[in-house]
This record gives sequence, structure tokens and C-alpha cells, in this order.
Amino acid sequence: MSHGLLLAFEVTILVLAIFLGFEVISKVPTLLHTPLMSGTNAIHGIVIVGAMLVAGLGHKDTLTTVVGLVAVVLASANVVGGFVVTDRMLEMFRKREEPAGEQPPPDSRSPDGGPVRKTPPTQ
Amino acid sequence: MGRVATDFAYLATIVAFILALKFLSHPATARRGNWIGAVGMLVAIAVTFAQKSVVSYWEIVVGMAIGGSFGAVAARRVKMTAMPQMVALFNGVGGGAAALISLAEFHNLAPASGRLHGDISVSIILSALIGAISFSGSLVAFAKLQELIQGRPIVYPGQQIVNGLLLAGVLAAGVAIVAGSEKQWLIVAVILGALLFGVLFVLPIGGADMPVVISLLNAFTGIAAAATGFELENNVLIVSGMLVGASGTLLTILMGRAMNRSIANVLFGAFGQVGPSAAAAAADTDGGAVRSATADDVAVMLAYAHKVVFVPGYGMAVAQAQHDVRQLADLLEARGVEVSYAIHPVAGRMPGHMNVLLAEANVPYPQLKEMDEANSEFPRTDVALVIGANDVTNPDARTNQGSPIYGMPILNVDEAQIVVVLKRSMNPGFAGIENPLFVNPKTVMLFGDAKDSITQLIAGIKAQ
Repeated sequence: MSHGLLLAFEVTILVLAIFLGFEVISKVPTLLHTPLMSGTNAIHGIVIVGAMLVAGLGHKDTLTTVVGLVAVVLASANVVGGFVVTDRMLEMFRKREEPAGEQPPPDSRSPDGGPVRKTPPTQ
Repeated sequence: MGRVATDFAYLATIVAFILALKFLSHPATARRGNWIGAVGMLVAIAVTFAQKSVVSYWEIVVGMAIGGSFGAVAARRVKMTAMPQMVALFNGVGGGAAALISLAEFHNLAPASGRLHGDISVSIILSALIGAISFSGSLVAFAKLQELIQGRPIVYPGQQIVNGLLLAGVLAAGVAIVAGSEKQWLIVAVILGALLFGVLFVLPIGGADMPVVISLLNAFTGIAAAATGFELENNVLIVSGMLVGASGTLLTILMGRAMNRSIANVLFGAFGQVGPSAAAAAADTDGGAVRSATADDVAVMLAYAHKVVFVPGYGMAVAQAQHDVRQLADLLEARGVEVSYAIHPVAGRMPGHMNVLLAEANVPYPQLKEMDEANSEFPRTDVALVIGANDVTNPDARTNQGSPIYGMPILNVDEAQIVVVLKRSMNPGFAGIENPLFVNPKTVMLFGDAKDSITQLIAGIKAQ
């Protein structure tokens, strides 16, 4: 593929990604704002791919080796830390089981086990 | 692994990330979404190892061992309350990685002038610039939240002019590179200038606004990652980075909207507002008398009130007191007291923090009042029970033009007949500013851990 054609393709998927990024989270409730921020934070850890491509080059000079190594360190911290922190947040947000006995059993008020209805008197 | 196979495998990663974002937007599936994202990341890493151009492995393995174990340990050890600064830190290092990739790419691709395609040099500069701003800005946000530096806005005269000139200088260096002057020192200048700009950009923003800033810097890192994708001609970087760039930008806007503030107001609101009167106003609080009460006194106030509004904040989250608060509310309701909860959008340290905790305690949804609704109810409220909330109730935000939080919408608890503040000590809140609410004649303080205090209140009311 020529360089110009490749660029056009790359810009196309870039623009599609912008629309998709807006669309996919448009209905997020307030309570998930922070976990979502943390989750997207983990996803941009994808720079680790770039860091690996730089650090994994053969025949590179010292500067590239050092810079590549540090980039891998930073990106790995982003990836691992990002996913773990998000998981811990969502673990906190998970609904706990009600302790047994705190709520009356659902059928306690109705002898036939059905819900109790207040029927308005019909004239 | 050939280029075609690689790109198809990367497509699996892209699909995983899209599903992850989608699942993360719904409470029931959020945790699964995060796992799908992690699996997508593993696929991308495995595929990259198999790429033909990757021939030297020790740097990658050593780097992953160091960075991965740091990330895992830090993320596991951190206390739940310190999560926002952890996100800031991990966001910052991602931005730093993007900037370093650009530095290495430029160093390798441009040994002589005129070797770079225009689009490659533009993306190298963008990812160096944005990545470096995100790195240093996130570290400042981390330091503010960790209270390594003061949380209140740091401002000085002419700050905006200095920032503007610095950014212009950095951009000029970038334009020089694109124009064909492919000197190594120019890219170094771009990175150093951007690092300094990131620091200066976040310093004047108050600690309470940090979640919005972190969200913005998160979007920045995403865009920087997308730019590295153009440098390396790598689709997974372009798409994943831009997904985060776009969703992060939308999330930042949504967070600002939840605070009833524009992003511009959050970012630049501190400028020109903090005068010498702030210090003077802060000093006022010291002179006032603080009334403290016992749990039994407060229990009587609550038991004989008609309407009680709970105002939860960070203190409730730290003490994990939400279940006890619910129990107290049930007890009051059984006595015929009207109970509701006033939820400030940024109470706690994460937007939506209070909603989550109260939902966990099965508080009925209709009792949760958003800020505007709650504020219309305070004038006919007998007791406002402030549970470890501070800055979101600070009347200085309404009245003191010198206050760093002047203009921030707050819960007007001081309009209630009596304000009871549950607080561990008289230390100022998160934003580092005094709260004149505590010396208001209507206010009584109940010192102690929120959970202990609530438990005592429950016992006190049962004894009535």
C-alpha cells in the first residue's frame, strides 16, 4: 500500500473510532463515571504495543534501548495497575447479599403466598 | 507472524475493547467488561511478541517485570479511598510511555533532515506533546490528591500569560520539526516544555476538581496513544487510543455537567479569584466558637424532628457507614420522621460515589435527592445531618469571593433549622479550606468516626 493510501485508511478508522467512542458510553450512569474513567485508563495502556515495538528492535543504539525499556516499564504499570484498580473499584460497587432475616419473607403478609393488594372499593 | 495475521489478531483486541467500554457503562456488566478489556490486552501483547520486527526480548521482559509488578502491588495495596490518585498515576505513566516512544521513533527515523513524511512528524510531535503533558499533569494531580502538595489552587500573577507563552514556544518547536528542521534537540525541547506546561496547567486547579482533570488527562493519553499508532503504522494503537480519547472527552464533559460547571470553569476558574481576602476569610474561622454535642443530644434532636436530611460525604465512605446510616434512617421513619438524602454530585472523591454506597445499603431510590431538589427542601428541614461531608457544604462557595471554591454549587445545609456535622476532627477538608459552617450558631459538631457516631445515634434513638 502506498503511504498516502495507508494514511487515508488510518484517518478513516481514526474518525470512526471517535464516533464509536462517543456512542458506546453515551448512556453511562453517574455512579459508573469513575470506574469507566479507570477502565478507559487501562485500555490506553495499549501503548505497551508501541513500547514493545521500540524496545524489541534489533541493532539499536543505547538511547533507544534505554528509552524503549523505560517506555515498557511505564506502559506495563499502566496496563496492570489500570485493570486491577478498576476491578477493585467494581468489586466495591457490587451489591452485597442482604443478611438473612433482615427482610421479612415475601409471603409473610399473605396467606396464599401472593402479593397483598389494596383493592379500591368498587361501587 | 505475518502482517496480515497480526492485524486480524489486533482486530480481536479492538473488538474486546469496544465490548469492554460497552459493558463498563452498565452496572450489571461492568466488572465483566473490565475483564474482557484485560483479555483483549493480553491478546495484543502476545501478538506483538510474535511480530517479525520484534527480535530482542530481554528489554521487554525486564521492563514488563518491573512495571507490571509495580502496577500490581500498587493497585492491590492502595486503600479504596486513594483510588482516584492511583488512576492519576497509572494514567500519567501511560502518557509518559507515549512520549518516550515518540522520542525513540524520532531519534531512529530522523538522522538527517527531510527524511520524515509530514504526517509521521506531526504525529510524533503530537504524541510527545500530549503524552508529556498528561504525564506531568497526572503526577501533579496525584501529588495533590495524595496531599504531597497543597490541594488548594496555586496561582500567581500573569500565570495565564506564562502558560500561553510556554505552549506557544513548544508548538513553535514542533512546527520547526514539521517544516523540515529535524534536529534532536527540538524534540527534546518539545517534551521538556510540555512537561513543564503539564505542571503549570494543573497547579492552579483545586483538589476537589481533580477527578475532572484526571478524566481530561486520561483522554489526552488516549489521543497520545492514537498518535503513536500513526508513527508506528499500527491500527490497534490508533483505534484503541482514539476510543479512549473520544469516550474520555465525553466522560469529562459528563462529569463537569454533573457538577453543574463547564470544563473551562473547572480548568481556569481559579485564575484571578484568589486574592488576599482568602487568607483573611480563612482566618475568620479560627476566631469562631465551635459547639460540640454528645450523641444523646443529637439523638433527641433527630427523634423529635419532622424532617431530617442526610448529607453524606467522604467521611461516610471512609468509615463504610452506609449500612448504619440506612438503619438510622429506617428507625427515624418508623417514628414518623420524613427522611431523605441530599447527594452532591462530587461528594466523596469520585463522582457518583455516594449513590453507589447508598445503593449498596439498599436505600430506596426516591429518597436520594439531587442537589437542586435537596436545596429547595433545606428551608423546611429540621435537622441536616452532615456525615463527613465538608467542602460540598461550605457556604464560602456562595458568599466569599476570595474562596478558591467560590462559585461551586453547594448544598445549602445552613438553611436548615439545625445542622449536625459528624466529623473526625476540625481539620479542613479536601480542598484545604476552612469551612465557616462549623462555627455557624446553628451548627453542632459530633466528633468521631462516622460509623461509631451513627451507631451511638441509633442506640440513643432506641432509648427514647
